[in-house]
Amino acid sequence: MRIFDPHIHMSSRTTDDYDRMAAAGVRALVEPAFWLGQPRTSAGSFTDYFDSLVGWEPFRASQFGIRHHCAIALNPKEANDPRCRDVLGLLPRYLAKDGVVAVGEVGYDSMTAAEDEAFAAQLALAAEHGLPALVHTPHRDKLRGTQRTLDVVKESGLGPGQVVVDHLNEVTVGLVADSGCWMGFSIYPGTKMSPARMAAILRQYGLSRMLVNSAADWGRSDPLLTLRTAEAMRAAGFTADQVDHVLWRNPVEFFGQSGRLDVSAAPEPATTFADNSIQRGGS
Amino acid sequence: MSDKLTDGDLRVALDGAVADPAWLAGAVHRVSESPAAIGALFPAAGRRCGRGPLPGGAPGLAGWTVDDAARVLLLTALPVRGPALAGEAGRLYRYGDAAEKRGVLRALPWLDIGAAGVELLDDAIRTNDPRLVAAAVGPYAVHLADPVWRQAVLKCVFMDIPLSLVSGLAGRADGELGRMLADLAAERRAAGRTLPADAAALQAGLTDAEEAG
Repeated sequence: MRIFDPHIHMSSRTTDDYDRMAAAGVRALVEPAFWLGQPRTSAGSFTDYFDSLVGWEPFRASQFGIRHHCAIALNPKEANDPRCRDVLGLLPRYLAKDGVVAVGEVGYDSMTAAEDEAFAAQLALAAEHGLPALVHTPHRDKLRGTQRTLDVVKESGLGPGQVVVDHLNEVTVGLVADSGCWMGFSIYPGTKMSPARMAAILRQYGLSRMLVNSAADWGRSDPLLTLRTAEAMRAAGFTADQVDHVLWRNPVEFFGQSGRLDVSAAPEPATTFADNSIQRGGS
Repeated sequence: MSDKLTDGDLRVALDGAVADPAWLAGAVHRVSESPAAIGALFPAAGRRCGRGPLPGGAPGLAGWTVDDAARVLLLTALPVRGPALAGEAGRLYRYGDAAEKRGVLRALPWLDIGAAGVELLDDAIRTNDPRLVAAAVGPYAVHLADPVWRQAVLKCVFMDIPLSLVSGLAGRADGELGRMLADLAAERRAAGRTLPADAAALQAGLTDAEEAG
């Protein structure tokens, strides 16, 4: 089985997680830019983080034969801090990079005017750079936030097929299904979806435009919940090909719109550098 | 030897190896006329030219990739020199992904900037990415102070980077580097581990030279 995790925050995870993910069949992933848990206080803190998303993380992933790509953005929560907003001017530099296959995570946290402005400006950047967008939906007031998200997307220069609206559940999926946008689901213990509920949603809404991710981060999360969802799909009667459709071909189709996705088989795990293993990585 | 390589050597090595040669020729021309264009062209070099190993490279080009050589041509096409050129190289490095950073490091010996790029080597040596560390111990490392250079060589040993990639190693390796390698060998022995063969050979040679001297 091959798995593409379309939303996972690897910079919050250990190298041991890459090892376990590779063993579970994860061959590719997209790491969207997000909040760090500890608020940032300057644009420089973002650029160091973006550097990691286009430098260090792809390198760590490559040691396990995993193709790492990322999405770059000012996240909704920090769009509210004037000290962070200067990063908007630096985004075009990063949106030109090889490993950047989307703009994200953008969207709403508390639905403020500052969030409105950053959201619309970044959807415009996505259109300008020929990139799809990954849109986060809020934890609080989720249904209302999802409706407002779809209104903003409609006003943007992006077609619905170029946008994934993420962190959906039974309550919000219908709205997004009708909009023509892609539907993202985070299988995340406690606060978001579970594998069995995900399989039920796929049964009801079908497989097309569906993206399933672990959204694993620094919280109590699990990077193998993509695999657990595949198992739940099989238990619910889906075929291996249908599992591949959702967990591999769908994210390849969505992020492939960037023209920069590279999911060719990575060089042998334990990438060699000039005939030498780089596994040890001591300092 | 490798620091005498020219743009001509790069063009020979790139001949037939570039996925989109018209793009590269156009990009080099644009950069020579409007330097600001390099900001968008430099990141695109991998996508347009390819990222595979540079075929049939001259000895100084061991470990180089096609996009490395293409990026060096873009940087050498800039119609500026001195502090202005060092500044542009610094910005491309600062905002570069790992491949772009390596391209800047490869280009440093070609640029008319004196020792102004040495802080980029310092940054690269601090990383734990062997592609960057290996590029930092190329010919431009002549500008590193001896203690920094010895630490960089030792870091190559830790990261299993072949010492053949360290430019000018035979001429610069000294007794102090020999002592550092001997201490590392002792530490490895205590842990039941060994030094890579190239490091062990270097250490043995340096120790012999010390004893003979």
